Amino acid sequence: MDSHSIATTVDAHGHDVAHEHEHPAYLRHHFVSYEQQTETASFGMWLFLLTEIMFFGGLFTAYMIYRNWYFPAFVAGSHQLSIFLGSLNTLVLISSSFTMAMGVWCAETKRHKGLVWALIATLILGIGFLGIKSVEYHEKWEKHHIPGDTFSVQSFVNPDSDAEAKAAHDKPLGLDMARKTEVYFSLYFAMTGMHALHMIIGIALLCGMLFKAVRGGYMDGNIAFVENFGLYWHFVDIVWIFLFPLLYLISRHQ
Amino acid sequence: MSEEFENHDPNSGHTESEHHIVGPATYAIIFAALLVGTALTIGASYLEMGAWNPVVAIAIACIKATLVVLFFMHIKYSSKLMKLTVGAGLFTFLILVGMSLSDYISRAWGQW
Repeated sequence: MDSHSIATTVDAHGHDVAHEHEHPAYLRHHFVSYEQQTETASFGMWLFLLTEIMFFGGLFTAYMIYRNWYFPAFVAGSHQLSIFLGSLNTLVLISSSFTMAMGVWCAETKRHKGLVWALIATLILGIGFLGIKSVEYHEKWEKHHIPGDTFSVQSFVNPDSDAEAKAAHDKPLGLDMARKTEVYFSLYFAMTGMHALHMIIGIALLCGMLFKAVRGGYMDGNIAFVENFGLYWHFVDIVWIFLFPLLYLISRHQ
Repeated sequence: MSEEFENHDPNSGHTESEHHIVGPATYAIIFAALLVGTALTIGASYLEMGAWNPVVAIAIACIKATLVVLFFMHIKYSSKLMKLTVGAGLFTFLILVGMSLSDYISRAWGQW
């Protein structure tokens, strides 16, 4: 039984029929108004995002503690990242957050074309982010900087053999400390990998939303999905806002 | 927002407080502010500030994240319930991180 037929039954029991008919079909009968329904949905979304903050927060705390323990290794490890690619990705992700915010505005003001183009732009920027990230990951693969059996400390015990390490004027690390760079790269891949996984899930949801929007969806005022997806996408942006300086930037000068 | 629902009248809250729509101008200003913040944090990383480098970077990141939460995520225009929820989440998060760090700081700091 859908909410509409329930509403009609209630009508039969003496509710104001004229007013009941003002309500759109997507308003669930257990909500007083659409405002209340949307607020409940975004309240639930925020609770989910708070658990996500706790999850990423654990990784950030681990990063902070290990960085203090194995400071020289973390500095040398971070010198391996490209500030240019990291900055470019920050630009791409902030832009995608902006286009998504514009998408939410288009949905709120019932602009069909605007919504479709905003979602397309967000999708392209999201895929672009993952593309740039994969270039970075590939470089780590080539240099044996992916933690595991094939991990190599070559760049850290002998910095002159490595272009990035040489450019950053790294001093050679003792073997013990050099091996701790594996901890840095473990956290680097755990944090950026979890972030990328969130991007992939977001892109899948975006595709579904775009599919519906192209067919005229979200123009009836039922835009809770667009709004809550917007919250998710901005959250992923916030995680990157913290990841970028912590992984790429703060060890430039040590 | 809750006072509108107290009388359980199906029409209360339907017409009076319409959902606040944040417009493109606001989004554009916040977008520009985020870009400036990014430029600042990259610029700051090239300055020699010793222990202050991470502090400045995290401070700028916090400002950027606050802008995203308030405007892109509409918390500035949301009900007290939403504001309190986000605030309580942040508070809990800081307690968890703060307590974990205080444990590490107060035990054998610098002896590893």
